[in-house]
Amino acid sequence: MDNGKDILLSVQDLKVYFHLNQRLAQAVDGVSYEVRKGETVCLVGESGCGKTVSALTTLGLIPQPPGEIAGGQVLFKGQNLLDLGDDEMQKIRGNHIAMVFQEPMTSLNPVFTVGDQVQEAIMVHEKVSKTELRQRSVQLLEDVGLPAPEERLADYPHQLSGGQRQRVMIAMALACNPEVVIADEPTTALDVTIQAQILNLFGELQRERDLSLLYITHDLGVVANIADRIYIMYAGIIVEQGSAPEIFHDPRHPYTQGLLASLPNRAKRGARLHSIPGTVPDPAYKPGGCPFHPRCNLAIETCQSRFPEMCDYGNGHQSRCPVLYDGNG
Amino acid sequence: MMRDAADTVTPGFQVDDPVALQQGFGQLLKQNRLAMIGLAVFVVFFCIALLGLGLTSGRNPTFDPSVVRLQEKLRPPLSKPNLETLSTEDVPRLGVYLFGTDDLGRDVFARMLQGAWVSLTVGFVAVGISVFIGIFMGGIAGYFGQRHTFIDTLIMRFVDIMLCFPSFFLILTVVALLPASMYNIMIIIGLTSWMGTTRFVRAEFLSLREQDFVTAARALGVSNFRIIFRHMIPNAIAPVLVSATIGIASAILTEAGLSFLGFGVPPPHATWGGILSDGKRFIFDAPWLTFAPGFAILIVVLSFNLFGEGLRDILNPKLRERQG
Repeated sequence: MDNGKDILLSVQDLKVYFHLNQRLAQAVDGVSYEVRKGETVCLVGESGCGKTVSALTTLGLIPQPPGEIAGGQVLFKGQNLLDLGDDEMQKIRGNHIAMVFQEPMTSLNPVFTVGDQVQEAIMVHEKVSKTELRQRSVQLLEDVGLPAPEERLADYPHQLSGGQRQRVMIAMALACNPEVVIADEPTTALDVTIQAQILNLFGELQRERDLSLLYITHDLGVVANIADRIYIMYAGIIVEQGSAPEIFHDPRHPYTQGLLASLPNRAKRGARLHSIPGTVPDPAYKPGGCPFHPRCNLAIETCQSRFPEMCDYGNGHQSRCPVLYDGNG
Repeated sequence: MMRDAADTVTPGFQVDDPVALQQGFGQLLKQNRLAMIGLAVFVVFFCIALLGLGLTSGRNPTFDPSVVRLQEKLRPPLSKPNLETLSTEDVPRLGVYLFGTDDLGRDVFARMLQGAWVSLTVGFVAVGISVFIGIFMGGIAGYFGQRHTFIDTLIMRFVDIMLCFPSFFLILTVVALLPASMYNIMIIIGLTSWMGTTRFVRAEFLSLREQDFVTAARALGVSNFRIIFRHMIPNAIAPVLVSATIGIASAILTEAGLSFLGFGVPPPHATWGGILSDGKRFIFDAPWLTFAPGFAILIVVLSFNLFGEGLRDILNPKLRERQG
């Protein structure tokens, strides 16, 4: 890990709560992570652990109410995005930080052509002539590997396949050369072969453009392919963070260990897959102490009452499990 | 059982895909015979009204609705004018009184032509105004309602208040206070009929607001204004179109009603409601005076309603299969 690289996006102790019928859902409860220039950071966690909410907050896309940003900072190049007004935020969105969504089927407006939508993505932030607009959108579609981009411009979203639509979404995200791209499970809705293509595409684009990529996923297989650094989220907090090799080869949190043990591989062929007992807690009814303790096989009595601190293993590798930390010395 | 079958047998159409709807639109319209008849009558009416404007206005119109021929009064339809008693420029252009003459000997056909244009413009302008206001208010209420609840409450309660008024009497009152003119009538009808559209648009926006492409557009830095008017309204236009079509019919009816009561477009100008009103005194002696405008209003309003209903069936995939 190179600390000399400058930090582009830094989320510090972010807390996002939702007010739902008298209940308070603490979707994101003190999350910190950072994205440096040119690196791929993966935010990993089960459904409902707050990864999408923390990403949407970065762009100010959380509806308030019912959402409430209860604390923390989102620093982009040192500027706190949470302080910005709507107009200033619009200049950041798409222009500096862009986002690719999970569902390519519904993320494109069904009544406009692909060309219209890609051109709009450029037009929102830059004043360019019509011919240049067209050239650039063709170039963008070519960059994301859409065949016959000239002809695709006149197509409507429903004429494209899921993979093609996701490519269009990526082209739109890249339209104004953002420094950071947040990809929220961009391959979840696609089948496996297309998924591999899209992942390769992200890799290529990132190398060519020196992009920083914040990749949100629940799929550890995907993470293994692309991540430089990994943050593991559980129930609104980061439970472990570190470089990809450290997380995969030396996980220091029982949750991460459980996730990795659940992955199918050749050695376990024919055997029953490991699974972590129980389910993710409802964000409105989180257990006290360590939120993972009801499902943890290492839980001791203090886990029920004491919120675990980050334990440092050096080299940026940190984990919120004092039990494992003390055990290993 | 029938419904289940109808719901599943819609291959090739995605319920929420307006483009797919557009593609099958022409074919589906052709299958819906009543809607086609409505559309055809509407097109004919449109042409007649446009022609009517050209033929009845100007210094020396082809069909002059204002020529008074007292010696030719209350002639039945298709009767020939008495050429000996008429000066040459007063002879009707077709050489025959197609719809007869009224109590002042004016050519009812010419007056109907002139009235057609009034009905058409009142219908379209009034509905244009109401659709504009409806989309604007509904859009704002639906889009900003989540974040600023009071905007939504304010607009929707105002809609409720407006709906409480018996709108025809509200119109009558306002018309009585304002100088009578065609434009005032249009504006007043428009200003009292936007509430339905507002509710439609708000309802559509409430669901559209949660759609991924709206979030995606926001993530690209598209402004709220642009999201409402460029991304959401085209997706919400179908029900508005239906209610606008039916709204035109009711605006034409309202205008005819106002003219009938003498609050409409001021007298020298012929309107269907006015002709009807003038004719009612002679309903037994000269039934064509009430029959011609009455029938015209019936046909036009019916055709708009049929077309509107057809549009609704076509744009609503759940009802679509029942048409067969």
